[in-house]
Amino acid sequence: MPRLYLDRNAASPLHPEALAAMMPFLKDSFGNPQSLHRDGQIVLEAVDGARESVARLIGAAADEIVFTASGSEANNLALKGLALAARAKGTHVVVSAVEHPSVLNAARSLEKIGFTTSVVPVDGRGRVDPGAVARALTPKTTIVSVMLANAEVGTIEPVAEIAAACRARNILVHTDAVAAVGSIPVDVAALGVDALSLSGPTFYGPKGAAALFLKKGTRALPLVDGGIQEAGRRAGTENVPAIVGLGRAAEIARARLAERAVREAALRDRLIEGVLGSYDHVVLTGDRERRLPYQASFCIAFVEGESLLLSLDMKGIAVASGSACSSKSLKASHVLLAMGLDHALAQGSLVFSLLESTTAEEIETVIAAFGPIIERLRKMSPTYTEFLKEKRS
Amino acid sequence: MIYSDKVMDHFANPRNVGTLPDADGIGEVGNPVCGDMMTFYIKVQDDKLADIKFQTFGCGAAIAVSSMVSEMAMGKTLAEAMAITNEKVAEELGGLPKNKMHCSNLGADALHKAIEDFERKSRPGAEAGAPAPAADAHDHDEECCCPYCDGPIEGLEDVCSCQHCEIELVECPSCGSYTNKAEAACVSCGKPIRS
Repeated sequence: MPRLYLDRNAASPLHPEALAAMMPFLKDSFGNPQSLHRDGQIVLEAVDGARESVARLIGAAADEIVFTASGSEANNLALKGLALAARAKGTHVVVSAVEHPSVLNAARSLEKIGFTTSVVPVDGRGRVDPGAVARALTPKTTIVSVMLANAEVGTIEPVAEIAAACRARNILVHTDAVAAVGSIPVDVAALGVDALSLSGPTFYGPKGAAALFLKKGTRALPLVDGGIQEAGRRAGTENVPAIVGLGRAAEIARARLAERAVREAALRDRLIEGVLGSYDHVVLTGDRERRLPYQASFCIAFVEGESLLLSLDMKGIAVASGSACSSKSLKASHVLLAMGLDHALAQGSLVFSLLESTTAEEIETVIAAFGPIIERLRKMSPTYTEFLKEKRS
Repeated sequence: MIYSDKVMDHFANPRNVGTLPDADGIGEVGNPVCGDMMTFYIKVQDDKLADIKFQTFGCGAAIAVSSMVSEMAMGKTLAEAMAITNEKVAEELGGLPKNKMHCSNLGADALHKAIEDFERKSRPGAEAGAPAPAADAHDHDEECCCPYCDGPIEGLEDVCSCQHCEIELVECPSCGSYTNKAEAACVSCGKPIRS
């Protein structure tokens, strides 16, 4: 049975051209980019080229890009690095309630060493209100971090508006753009942010390569002390093959961004319309309009997400869920709860993230596969039986 | 795979799903916060479980556990059914991931509650029937771990926390396992942790 993979948020397949670009650095070109000899310098050129490519994708300069091993590391470097560097100025950090754990937990770590954090709530569509961010600012605030798009509910956040309010008060703004870069146009100048995280595996780059944009003149203390790699902002020998792969993936994304987005948005819309139109008691999560082009997410009432996920998996369809049971921590998604969904509905979470290669036929397959699965699980569900009983009486 | 073949078989083809409109006993456990809810229906004949049906809202493990419990208890005497323990259910299923063990608690609990319900109904005025076997006391020789992430627990017995999940933990008075102090119910057994 061919696999139908719709979990790009977790990982996307490596683009063949990215793999091809990586191969020489897994074989013959093994030098260390910090070495002054020819073997090192050849590799340094490739790393610098990748830096250019990643910078171009987001409208930055090459020397504003710090390569990291993951989006989580980029988020940690932004939160902790910026906050610690600006510690003399203030010790208050503002984040949104729907941030990735690597932002929320980095903020919690800062609390342990004397910082305070404000968590700004979201509305029912997962949108952060720029006014609420502005109200959370204090004279001690040094960093605001609001994500550009939420992978779990697809909502695109008003980061430019938030950044404008912060800039007026000389407060640094970081945005976690891991779910957005490579899928929607992202320009750091238009956003007005000082720091931005991106990660290769969400746009067909290899695992192990991500980056933090740090606007020229923005100070961040390194998380890893050591040599002068990444201009002293991240010590350790570079993961050269992955960085080169990320660079190639960034070039491809830049060239195909518009075409990919239009195609994916059409498939996404059909998936949303098909699922909502075919099945009762299913809600779309996130913002219908301001939404990632490749993302469709739902909560299915009376059934639990992990059961849905396993059932789809048995039919060869790979998706994600934010239900408590599907998480190792057995906690329902903090994103869905922050949006005000009740626990029972949040348990029925299902997240589809489409690939460039996803076809219209595959979307129809998914919509059709859904029916018998929902029916089977609802037949088993005591909450659905209860619902039917109440409806009859 | 996180689940054994047997778990996946019971998840894909659960035995005894449904309701019994004329049930002799009904047992309900769980809450939507912990993610699983189960209802067991039983028919009793000559002190034996003549029929069992269940409905479950929950993950793959919860559905498989319900199915397994119904199969293990079918045709058994009430005393035999009351002796089915969480460990036996998990064992029959070829093991469960550590963070899913609470699902096995729920399955046996729901069945036991249905039997208790039957005994209450069949002997009006009398004391409730055979008490459920005492929940398994937590074995402190075992390494204690966070119920959410399996990570190590820091601190002393009554004031401890999981560094990773950033939660304070307390011992559940019902099952003895560590659970989230902030929650109303134990994440392992679903019983209230404060009176």
